[in-house]
Amino acid sequence: MSPVIIVLVSVIYMGILFLIASLVEKGGSFIKRIVHNPITYSLSLAAYCTAWTFYGSVGRAATQGVGYLPIYLGPAIVAPILFVFLRKIILISKNQRITSIADFISSRYGKSSTLGVLVTIIALLGIIPYISIQLKAITLSFEILKSSDVLVDIGSKPFYYDSALYITIALTFFAIIFGTRNLDPNERHDGLVTAVAFESIVKLLAFLAVGIFVTFGIFDGFGDLFQKGSTLPDIERLFSIESVDISEGEWFGLIVISMAAFLFLPRQFHLAVVENTDSRFLSKASWIFPLYLLLINIFVIPIAVGGLYYFQGQNVEPDTFVLTLPLAMDHFRLAMLAALGGFSAASSMVIVAVLALSIMISNNLILPTFLKPRIWKNKNQGNLTSQLLGIRRVAIVVVLLLSYSYYKMIGNTYSLVSIGLISFTAIAQFVPAIIGGIYWKRATKSGAISGLVIGFVIWFITLPFPTLVESGLIKSNVLEQGFFGWPLLKPYALFGLEGLDEIVHSAFWSLLLNLAAFITVSLNSRPSQLEISQADLFVDIYKYRSGGGAEYEVFRRKAKIKDLELLLVRFLGEERTKVIMAKYALKHQLDFSKITTANADLVNYAEKHLTGAIGSASAKVIIRSIAKEEPISLEEMFNILDQTQEIIQYSRALELKSAELEKTTSQLRQANKQLKALDELKADFITTVTHELRTPITSIKALSKILQDNADLPESQQQEFLDIIVKESERITRLINQVLDLEKVQVKSPEDNQSVIDLASLVQQTLDGLQGVLEEKNVERQISLPEQPIWVKGNSDQLTQVIVNLLSNAVKFANPENGKLWIRLASKAEHAVLEIEDNGKGIPKKDKDLIFERFTQLNDQQLGKPKGSGLGLFICKTIIEQHQGQIFLGKSREKGANFVVQLPLTTSPFQTSKNEKKRVNNKNNSDP
Amino acid sequence: MQKGTTKSRVLIVDDEPNILVALEFLLNKEGYEVLKASNGLQALEIIEKQPPRIVVLDVMMPEMDGFEVARKIREEENNQDIHIIFLTAKGTDADRFEGYANGGEVYLTKPFDNEDFITTVNEVIEFGV
Repeated sequence: MSPVIIVLVSVIYMGILFLIASLVEKGGSFIKRIVHNPITYSLSLAAYCTAWTFYGSVGRAATQGVGYLPIYLGPAIVAPILFVFLRKIILISKNQRITSIADFISSRYGKSSTLGVLVTIIALLGIIPYISIQLKAITLSFEILKSSDVLVDIGSKPFYYDSALYITIALTFFAIIFGTRNLDPNERHDGLVTAVAFESIVKLLAFLAVGIFVTFGIFDGFGDLFQKGSTLPDIERLFSIESVDISEGEWFGLIVISMAAFLFLPRQFHLAVVENTDSRFLSKASWIFPLYLLLINIFVIPIAVGGLYYFQGQNVEPDTFVLTLPLAMDHFRLAMLAALGGFSAASSMVIVAVLALSIMISNNLILPTFLKPRIWKNKNQGNLTSQLLGIRRVAIVVVLLLSYSYYKMIGNTYSLVSIGLISFTAIAQFVPAIIGGIYWKRATKSGAISGLVIGFVIWFITLPFPTLVESGLIKSNVLEQGFFGWPLLKPYALFGLEGLDEIVHSAFWSLLLNLAAFITVSLNSRPSQLEISQADLFVDIYKYRSGGGAEYEVFRRKAKIKDLELLLVRFLGEERTKVIMAKYALKHQLDFSKITTANADLVNYAEKHLTGAIGSASAKVIIRSIAKEEPISLEEMFNILDQTQEIIQYSRALELKSAELEKTTSQLRQANKQLKALDELKADFITTVTHELRTPITSIKALSKILQDNADLPESQQQEFLDIIVKESERITRLINQVLDLEKVQVKSPEDNQSVIDLASLVQQTLDGLQGVLEEKNVERQISLPEQPIWVKGNSDQLTQVIVNLLSNAVKFANPENGKLWIRLASKAEHAVLEIEDNGKGIPKKDKDLIFERFTQLNDQQLGKPKGSGLGLFICKTIIEQHQGQIFLGKSREKGANFVVQLPLTTSPFQTSKNEKKRVNNKNNSDP
Repeated sequence: MQKGTTKSRVLIVDDEPNILVALEFLLNKEGYEVLKASNGLQALEIIEKQPPRIVVLDVMMPEMDGFEVARKIREEENNQDIHIIFLTAKGTDADRFEGYANGGEVYLTKPFDNEDFITTVNEVIEFGV
């Protein structure tokens, strides 16, 4: 057959696929409804059946009989259980916006980027051989078609003649077009899924066509086929389970790894979980998919038997029977259809697999490992979607090139099935971490990592490593000697376990130790807070499902809405960001123009959407960068500074206010205290006044009664008593006068009766008036008065009263032994300063502030009984203050009290008022 | 004791000389021998030398108030027979109580009624209260 035709047909086929895909992606709701339905979904899952199924099943059946079955029986038999797992995994993934198997595991264990990397690497190493056999299958079919020779050797050509290379390039191109046209936050590719579903139909039809052709075209139905086939030597072993050289344990092992592969192969996970649009599809898929497996396996044994019978004695590779049988019968169109079937099986697998791997590589390897989160905040980056797509495209190319290299090195040494199973076993390592992760809360990150690492290492030394040795790429004798020369570490007979199929052997040890490590380490390690909450979310997904998970906050993070939006725009694009934010605003009745800070819920919401685009670990890192640090742009900085400034000002104002308040409070407290003290003083004063009044009254009353009762008293005695009565009456009058004075002084306006007075002569006059009292008390006086007049403005009566009061006090409190007084008057600056000082005991410090208050009496008992009203100094103070002056205690030369009076000087030298009244008629006046 | 005799000695203590004048006159007229003191210390001195039957005590006095004087009087074994009459301007119930607590037997307030005063003194002398 002309290679041009083959290429042309292939290109047309690809064109059809591409057409389907783009129609679907551009399509309206009608097409979407067709696409989003359980049948399409189930058919897309049939990407499980690859070229390996298409060609390899027949090959395995031809060599091992029913031994090919477990790979398909596994998923088919346990489909109900699988779909229970799948349902839970889908719900979790929707909830967490998980986009790959690596993301799933990493997310479950506290969004661990380590696990993301580990799973990606295992998947990558596991899948590359798998992709390589697809390349091999396509290349083989191409070569067979081209040469129309059933005995082609595809292994020995230089690469530029190698059709496998060109096929690889074509597939790369195809995968890039399909998988990385745009960046969908949910990694949904409806077009691709539909194309894959279509391919499933093509490969099924092609296989059925070949089967029918072999059974009914070459042979005369099943009866004829098996009758002729039974003449073949050793044929029984193909038809009976007992006779097949597969133990029960091996059956079980194969079923288990097949189940694991069905669920967790990155492409299966992608199609079944990520591309799933409705978890309700699962119930239909749970019977459509097994039905599909059944249909595609019906003719495996007939074709195998037919091939074996037909090609008796020829060295035809059983893996190629599907193609070579039609060719041998010269049915080129059928052969072409078969080849297309094989191509669709291979291409759907390759495209979805590399897409899934590229998502894992970009989200779990590149983003968190090589790129610092800071880059995403760089202003110049703009929209990052194109960069992400670029990363994925490069990843696709790299994966396919690696697969091609593997194919070139190893591909020809092993059958399709063997290599496929190597991949399956690698993928099966995910089982403990995932199944444990969704049903066992106690499972920890450390447990998952330990299990995966140990399982992976065992897998590597028991499967890929020996293949490398056997193919001669590595020179080693470990296959015979064991690692480090220990027979217990022979790759095919680990710990002395011999006689098992190498796949089952590897699966047994790797999974057993994986599981053991997973459980043991989980039980002995402590999960982080995030792990605990993620474990909760995963295991109890049905509980959190209704809440959408968003209300289940792990961290109370805050970020600026602007930043969040910026971030979302960079990874999701402007339009989608708008939609996402609007949705949130609508749901929570928020107006983003009015708020600047995103609460934890919104941050989580944004993270989930970002997770869709770049994976949970990367999203966590990037969100953390804005949720923690402040943005670095100048504009943002200024905004923050402004806000900070405002806050600082506000807090300063607050501080001021509170200081004021404190001050007011303390003033109030002070006032209250003073009021209380005043109250007490008042009570004391009343007692004092009462006593002071009672005392003279007592004498007056008693003596007047005596006079009344004793009319016969001698004149002198009568006179004596009368004198006392008069004096005591005066005493009462004086007391009353002072109380009235006080009232007067306080009520009177200071302007009344004011004139310009010479203070010097006023002091002199007052001293003259008190001459008698001073002589009597025998107090030494030192008087210093200026010669020129000192003019002050004031009421001379009141000022005289002040001087009298102060002088009486000084006389009273002066040292009783050798009393001394200093009286000085001078003008200093703009004040007249009068000082009256005694040499008594002075005023105790505690009383210094009190003595000018009303009702205060100095109760110094040593100085004898105070005989005042407690009003004297208070009256002085009131008068002086009304004269705009001050009265206070000054420094004294001895211990005594020095009262200082300051009065403002006045410049007008008016005549002194002559009519100064002196209140010196009361000798006993000594009010402090 | 008979009126008119000078056997009954009364000590009057007050810092107001004019009150002492009145009290002295009233007591003399009743025939009591009157001793005078203008403060507590002086009163205690006198009591030691010439123990009276009655002490009439003012309360508000400088240096030592009447309550203290009464206490000091009662501290002495020999002074238990002395009657103490407070005569004071302090007239609250609390003051009265303090007076009795400190050994006073009668509590009179100023200003007093001459007859009441004399009657009280006589009664104290006669019945000892």
